[in-house]
Amino acid sequence: MKLHEYQAKELMSQYEVPIPEGRVAYFPYDAWMVAMELGFPVVLKAQVLTGGRGKAGGVKIAKTADEARDIAQELFGKTLVTAQTGPQGVKVRKLLVEKVSSIKRELYFSITIDRTIGKPVVIASKRGGMSIEEVSELYPEDIIKIPIDPAVGFLPYQIRRLKYDLDLVEQEKEISRIVSNLYKLFMDKDCSLLEMNPLVVTDTNHLVALDAKIEIDDNAIFRRKEIAKMRDLTEYDPDELEARFAGLNFIKLDGDIGCMVNGAGLAMATMDVIKFAGGNPANFLDVGGEATPDTIAKGFEIITRDPKVKAIFINIFGGIVRCDKVANGILQALKTVEVKVPIVVRLTGMNKEEGMEMLKNSGLAFSVAQDIKEAAHMITQITKPKKEENQTTKETNKKEK
Amino acid sequence: MAIVVYKTSRVIVQGITGKEGRYHALACRDYGTKVVGGVTPGKGGSDVDGIPVFNTVEEAVQKTNPNVSLIFVPPPFAADAILEAVGSGIKIIVCITEGIPVLDMVKVKRVIEKEGIILIGPNCPGIITPDASKIGIMPGHIFKRGSIGIISRSGTLLYETADQISKVGLGQSTCLGIGGDPIVGTDYIFWLERFEQDPETEAIMIVGEIGGDAEEKAAEYIKAHVTKPVFAFVAGASAPKGRRMGHAGAIIMGKKGTVESKYNALKEAGVHIIENPGYIGETIYKTLKEKYHFSI
Repeated sequence: MKLHEYQAKELMSQYEVPIPEGRVAYFPYDAWMVAMELGFPVVLKAQVLTGGRGKAGGVKIAKTADEARDIAQELFGKTLVTAQTGPQGVKVRKLLVEKVSSIKRELYFSITIDRTIGKPVVIASKRGGMSIEEVSELYPEDIIKIPIDPAVGFLPYQIRRLKYDLDLVEQEKEISRIVSNLYKLFMDKDCSLLEMNPLVVTDTNHLVALDAKIEIDDNAIFRRKEIAKMRDLTEYDPDELEARFAGLNFIKLDGDIGCMVNGAGLAMATMDVIKFAGGNPANFLDVGGEATPDTIAKGFEIITRDPKVKAIFINIFGGIVRCDKVANGILQALKTVEVKVPIVVRLTGMNKEEGMEMLKNSGLAFSVAQDIKEAAHMITQITKPKKEENQTTKETNKKEK
Repeated sequence: MAIVVYKTSRVIVQGITGKEGRYHALACRDYGTKVVGGVTPGKGGSDVDGIPVFNTVEEAVQKTNPNVSLIFVPPPFAADAILEAVGSGIKIIVCITEGIPVLDMVKVKRVIEKEGIILIGPNCPGIITPDASKIGIMPGHIFKRGSIGIISRSGTLLYETADQISKVGLGQSTCLGIGGDPIVGTDYIFWLERFEQDPETEAIMIVGEIGGDAEEKAAEYIKAHVTKPVFAFVAGASAPKGRRMGHAGAIIMGKKGTVESKYNALKEAGVHIIENPGYIGETIYKTLKEKYHFSI
């Protein structure tokens, strides 16, 4: 779960990490008031859960309160399109208004989990302000990586290394306090990413976290009630949210073939096989281990809401979930949800025969496929633009004439 | 021969009295696996269809002498269950549980590395040596004993792959899912090493996913150490960037973790790439027959 910048800064501030003075604005007038309080210039930062907002025009500086209000007016309701959001973009609903800091140097600091070694790792660099991927490509020698053994924590010698490598001898006390507190925050709140980019040295030689990003491990939200409350539901796609509450894993894509699959890996492979057959998936949907009539009905409901969907591909490999149960689920679901587009079903695994039999005897028009390549072929035949068919109709017309 | 699990493997099931634990403990026993005991704190002294249940793993170990533990404990308590198995001397642990907090797995990883434990999972379908022992939640009947070893990140995709391989008349030596979480017990390399040494395994299939660099690392290892034919499919060629596709690990960030980067590394290592998951069985059959002159 991603936190907004202002939420991340609130948390950091609780751990005694210095942040710029600022406040959240929900209306243009709020921005005017906050600007008056803080003094000038101020920076207005769109609070959206996506990276690259600066490049998309979501961060602006105002020199007067009126200008702050006008910029806020323009930013509110604006849709930011970044590499991560896709073409539909995200709406700006909140702004963080902050006093502009005077910057002497920009640094990079983050803590994340290194999957390969299975440990938290601190990543820091003298080159802050640009993306760390860029730094690692252009100046790999300027990246400091310090793995942390969770049993002993962030050790004094590791912090000393940061102090020297980042040229922060003058800010010795500050950097020690900041990084050890951030490590504590990382562990206390089950973070999967905690980042300051940039962490700046100000004109007066103090450290301030100018930008902050925190992501919390979704699997640990159950034990972090205070974090769960911070979830901003307005930032999620409503269909994806609805699916999540129903226990489904749904991601909207822009094709015309709806997919319903059990298991994340098979769901991805199903999208792949559709692409190879010349089709375009409309979504990723993992119905998980429990394909009940309710979850399948919810799946149909969400898939068919998309007017672009021309056909639905159900691909179930019964392992935990038995095929007869899934078939029953599909039939029950079709009683409650009206599906007007053709459905291609591929059911295999535990109790496959019973499941197929149930679908065939239902009297409903399913196309039943034996394996995924056949299913993909069948479904793309439905969704492909019908060139050949038009030709044959023309020919018959001629003959009739 | 197969690897790690055999007809002789003795299994206890932690969380055996839960719905899933019970169902799959019995399904494993039906397959022929020696399920010798179960553990649920507070349910000691009872039994699940004749399988004795104990309060602690320690007690189960003393009374039933197992060498493998299969775990179905819910996410908040699963890391503790793994560590309990380690603490009681079990060396092979299969954890099915999905949704364990990453920081819990950080602790687990540290202990299993120190103790030399083989942990399969978490968030995995388990491991199977066809006709000998099934320790997991996979549908047993799709597997056929044979010469291909399969290592998969995903569960249902492991079934899909094994099914296609069985249908073209080949079979599997041992198959397993390493798990879809960011931190899992074993990586591809661990299993590649064992399959390379196993005389029964004649070819290896890797079923990967976008995200991370485990497939790239596997490629390096294959190049240096594996002499048997290796095949690979990586799921997610059609996945958009920056979106997590179900599994916590399956996400493309920047240029890292893409299907292209994985295929390039694998190709470089001499691995046969199967891009279209509809043709896994067919491609393996043809290649082994025509290129390696297998008598199939």
